[in-house]
Amino acid sequence: MIEVRHLSKHFGRTVAVNDVSFDVSRGEVLGFLGPNGAGKSTTMRILTGYIPPTSGRASVAGIDLVEDSLAVRRRIGYLPESAPLYGDMEVVEFLRFVAEIRGISPGETRERIARMVKRCGLDSVIGRSIHHLSKGYRQRVGIAQAMIHDPDLLILDEPTSGLDPNQIIEIRELIRELGREKTVILSTHILPEVSATCDRVLIIDEGAIVASGSPQELSASHGSGEGVTITVRSSDPAGCGDLLRAAPFVSEVSVADGSADGLVSIEIFGTEQSGLGEEVFRFAVANNWTLAELRTEKASLEDVFRSLTRKEASVE
Amino acid sequence: MNNIWTILRKEFRSYFDSPVAYIYITFFLVLSSWLFMRGFFLVGQASMRGFFGILPWLLLFFVPAVTMRLWAEEKKLGTIELLMTLPVRDHEVVLGKFLASFFFLVVTMALSFSIPLMTALLGNPDAGPVLGGYFGAVLLGAAYLAIGLFVSSLTENQIIAFIIAVTLTFLLFIVGEEFVVYSAPSALVPILKFLGMGAHFDSIGRGVVDSRDVIYYLSVVGFFLYLNVRAVESRKWK
Ligand SMILES: Nc1ncnc2c1ncn2[C@@H]1O[C@H](COP(=O)(O)OP(=O)(O)OP(=O)(O)O)[C@@H](O)[C@H]1O
Ligand SMILES: [Mg+2]
Repeated sequence: MIEVRHLSKHFGRTVAVNDVSFDVSRGEVLGFLGPNGAGKSTTMRILTGYIPPTSGRASVAGIDLVEDSLAVRRRIGYLPESAPLYGDMEVVEFLRFVAEIRGISPGETRERIARMVKRCGLDSVIGRSIHHLSKGYRQRVGIAQAMIHDPDLLILDEPTSGLDPNQIIEIRELIRELGREKTVILSTHILPEVSATCDRVLIIDEGAIVASGSPQELSASHGSGEGVTITVRSSDPAGCGDLLRAAPFVSEVSVADGSADGLVSIEIFGTEQSGLGEEVFRFAVANNWTLAELRTEKASLEDVFRSLTRKEASVE
Repeated sequence: MNNIWTILRKEFRSYFDSPVAYIYITFFLVLSSWLFMRGFFLVGQASMRGFFGILPWLLLFFVPAVTMRLWAEEKKLGTIELLMTLPVRDHEVVLGKFLASFFFLVVTMALSFSIPLMTALLGNPDAGPVLGGYFGAVLLGAAYLAIGLFVSSLTENQIIAFIIAVTLTFLLFIVGEEFVVYSAPSALVPILKFLGMGAHFDSIGRGVVDSRDVIYYLSVVGFFLYLNVRAVESRKWK
């Protein structure tokens, strides 16, 4: 469905997208994940024909983006970041405008709008001026606008930003439902969203793809093993940390300071994929520690994201 | 073609969706009537000459106020990204917006027809000069609109768009006037005289429609609409 090859975009000296290549197959839901300024929106703008790439090429359904931008745009529904809409129009008037430009006949427009209203839950605001809508409803109107011509490919830039938790769940369900028949590319900062909606994830940092795969694959392959957090009663937290560091099954230890009533929380990362919890427990018993709590955590997508884009995070 | 029509209708309607249109129209009518009446009672002559003499200066402020929003707001609110990723060609959007503002101008002009009607009743002047004058004013207005629309595409600030458009239009209007030409090197004089928008309006304002003046105004419109398309495309050059 989409073929992207060595795509780059420079803004003066800023390299917003740096030699990116990927494919998206029909019916796939692909998530762009990355910190602020990673180049997610820029990549989407190139795919929707808003700006051309500095170098490289991309095609949608076999049509080259630069050669026949109009034909590509006909096949795409796009929700730009933060859903810019014409505030002075009424919701229905706006949807009619988009439908008309999309070449939908007046007779069919009515039915399409009715379908979008139902699908995106717009019944209560259909006659209202877009100015007066809440952020979440604007976002929904933006999604309705993107789907009105029933495109094969939907590109949604942060579709759930600004929505309340109920709406987030509704929109995610909508995206999952759409993903059964359509190709969807979405971007997000929210990690659980990726696991909830995407078949595949591209983690983008500083314009380049740093990892790609299904959410499960990513947590498995890039996770730094298991993590265990223990809380012990100790007057010498640093000593406990040193003891642990010397243990063969441990790769990394961090001791939280500021222990309240003698309780110390220690985070431990193991060298093996599993069994760390038992090892730590035995170690604590052998050293006669009073164990108040022991918690095992699987490496999550969050850890993967943090470890791959940490440079960015530490600057902020 | 259909897209131009769709955009034209959307933009035209959005003038009337806010009170702005009514303010513009009222302002234009009141001011032009007042200016006209003053001349009428002072000179005691029912002629449109005075009115058409003032019209270019009125339009100088009226037209940039009509066009300032058209691109600047799209840029400011980011709707330009939505619009330009729809399957429309850049020139279709430019033409749609231009024609919408043009029709708005024509509507306003048509409303100000109350003035020549009144003069016709009072003094019975020739219909020719009045029609010629209006024709010229529409052409001049179209040239102003094209300039204003182009300027609006250069900024996301409507006020700046307004100020720059007034300035640029003013400069283009006076560039052929005697006091400008006077200090210019003699080789440039015919060129300046030809480029000045004011000189071309003088004869039309008297009711004499010369095809060279018409072609001149249409060229100005074409030139600035072309620049406008290039400016919209310029997002692709970075
Ligand atoms: N029109 C532009 N002119 C100059 N620089 C730009 C332009 N658009 C984007 N950039 C730069 O390109 C980089 C990538 O921006 P982009 O908007 O694609 O990031 P993003 O991943 O969408 O970030 P966010 O998560 O904050 O939306 C940033 O450094 C940004 O400053
Ligand atoms: Mg973005």
